[in-house]
Amino acid sequence: MKNLIDLEKKINSELTTKINDSKISHNQLYLKIDQEDLLDVVTFLKTNSDTKFRQLIDITAVDYPENPQRFKMIYLFLSHKFNQRIILSYLISENKIIPSLIKIFPAANWMEREVFDMYGIKFKDHPDLRRILTDYQFEGFPLRKDFPLTGHNEVRYSEEEKKVIYEPVKLEQNYRNFDYESPWEGTKYIKEQIKKDE
Amino acid sequence: MTKKSKTLNLNFGPQHPAAHGVLRLILELDGEVVEKVDPHIGLLHRGTEKLIENKTYMQAVPYFDRLDYVAPMNQEHAFALAIEKILNIEVPIRAQFIRVIFCEIGRILSHILNITTQALDVGALTPSLWGFEERETLMTFYERVSGSRLHANYFRAGGVHQDLPGSLDKDIGDFCNRFPKVIDDLETLLTDNRIFKQRNVDIGIVSKQDALDYSFSGVMLRGSGVPWDLRKSQPYECYNQIEFKIPVGKNGDCYDRYICRIEEMRESVKIINQCLIAMPKGPVKTPDGKITPPPKREMKESMEALIHHFKLFTEGYRVNEDEIYTAVEAPKGEFGVYLISDGSNKPYKCKIRAPGFSHLQAMDYLIKGHMLADVPAVLGSLDIVFGEIDR
Repeated sequence: MKNLIDLEKKINSELTTKINDSKISHNQLYLKIDQEDLLDVVTFLKTNSDTKFRQLIDITAVDYPENPQRFKMIYLFLSHKFNQRIILSYLISENKIIPSLIKIFPAANWMEREVFDMYGIKFKDHPDLRRILTDYQFEGFPLRKDFPLTGHNEVRYSEEEKKVIYEPVKLEQNYRNFDYESPWEGTKYIKEQIKKDE
Repeated sequence: MTKKSKTLNLNFGPQHPAAHGVLRLILELDGEVVEKVDPHIGLLHRGTEKLIENKTYMQAVPYFDRLDYVAPMNQEHAFALAIEKILNIEVPIRAQFIRVIFCEIGRILSHILNITTQALDVGALTPSLWGFEERETLMTFYERVSGSRLHANYFRAGGVHQDLPGSLDKDIGDFCNRFPKVIDDLETLLTDNRIFKQRNVDIGIVSKQDALDYSFSGVMLRGSGVPWDLRKSQPYECYNQIEFKIPVGKNGDCYDRYICRIEEMRESVKIINQCLIAMPKGPVKTPDGKITPPPKREMKESMEALIHHFKLFTEGYRVNEDEIYTAVEAPKGEFGVYLISDGSNKPYKCKIRAPGFSHLQAMDYLIKGHMLADVPAVLGSLDIVFGEIDR
């Protein structure tokens, strides 16, 4: 399709029941779908001659711990032919297993591994769902909002054991998160500390 | 007598000079032929995305220098563009030209490193000695403009940190006049070199379709004959005012990618030359005091400027609720930032799309059936830097 408005109309008319919401912003088309429709929608976007989104740019997730449907999955697509970008998203709850895109885009392999590594989201039919970026025996999912920035373990070389060892993180000073809400009252963690001392 | 064949597992890296960083490959070999390769990455993982979520927008910029550390400013650029698009800031024209100049310097920096180290991997030592001398000159340009050779922190939302000092534009112009000769010299060493060609021609061939399926971008895509460059197709800054060509390969092998990089350097020199001529005088950052700090001179006299400065470097600026994906044509391919802001002074989520990540992913596909000695050649032509892959 020549422009995004036509593309939005086309997708909405072809996939009427599958698109929950669509909007155009920053010269990109944002689509919201249900998790069940993922494979159908992606196949349509890739193969239809009016869309031709032949490249999967990235897959990522966003964590909203306060929502009942905790994670938002995000897929970015690019169409070279029409020079357009689509951002596809849907919400899932924490223990949901979602379909893998590897059959349609081989590039999804590592991207899904990364999402699994960072958020602990599992993919159905993924041939090789191992951790990818974190350390070999790593535990926890670092990009979840409840994972502490300082992590749980630290490594150092032990002179006694003559090898690199893992220890729980020991900090001389607690991690300070300045929220700058008001320069006069100080940040939240100081207020809490004062309360505790009293 | 029956011949028994057995595959051999070989561990390559994590510390290996031809791995261009900390990469561990588990190779499955049948004799000298590679049957399967399993790259283990993440040895340089620093949790950049997590750190960015916990820093203000201004504090997040330096993390981008540490991604692809051979072309730092190109990364900052994607992040700056994302913020500017959400906040709807117009960048002054002079700042746009400065950005383009330094993006192209970054491209030359990255391509020199890649070409010369790829040559090194296949046995040629001299190109790296010649090329690194030029990189040094380019890094002094970085240093003169930002105070630092590598971790520039120069492209801020709203413009660039400061104007070009003294005679820097003249010196960059001198470099551009001299540099095409250096490219010629590099070419005399490599382009028709028999050994270099034997090691690169028809090695690591990528078809058009596979390049698309594996999410390739940049030279990896163009080397396979897909004419796609974000500077042309989705122009940002002042790229649409500049004339340049996009070199496209034919065979999609390592040699074509090398040729593409050589030609891209020549185009970059042309772009810089045009920018130096067309660059007008004027401000280099938006005058909005809520986004960019005031000039030092003003702070000595104006209370408002002082308050702005204080608020900006403590609280930072707030970015309204939005989500956006912006991409730039970094030397290695499409470098993108997917930013979700929630109205506070810190990003809610910042996903970094590194081109090298998808390229390295295709390693198994690229190397299958090649000889063990081709592994460094293919790795070299992928142009991988672990800062951006591991993030």
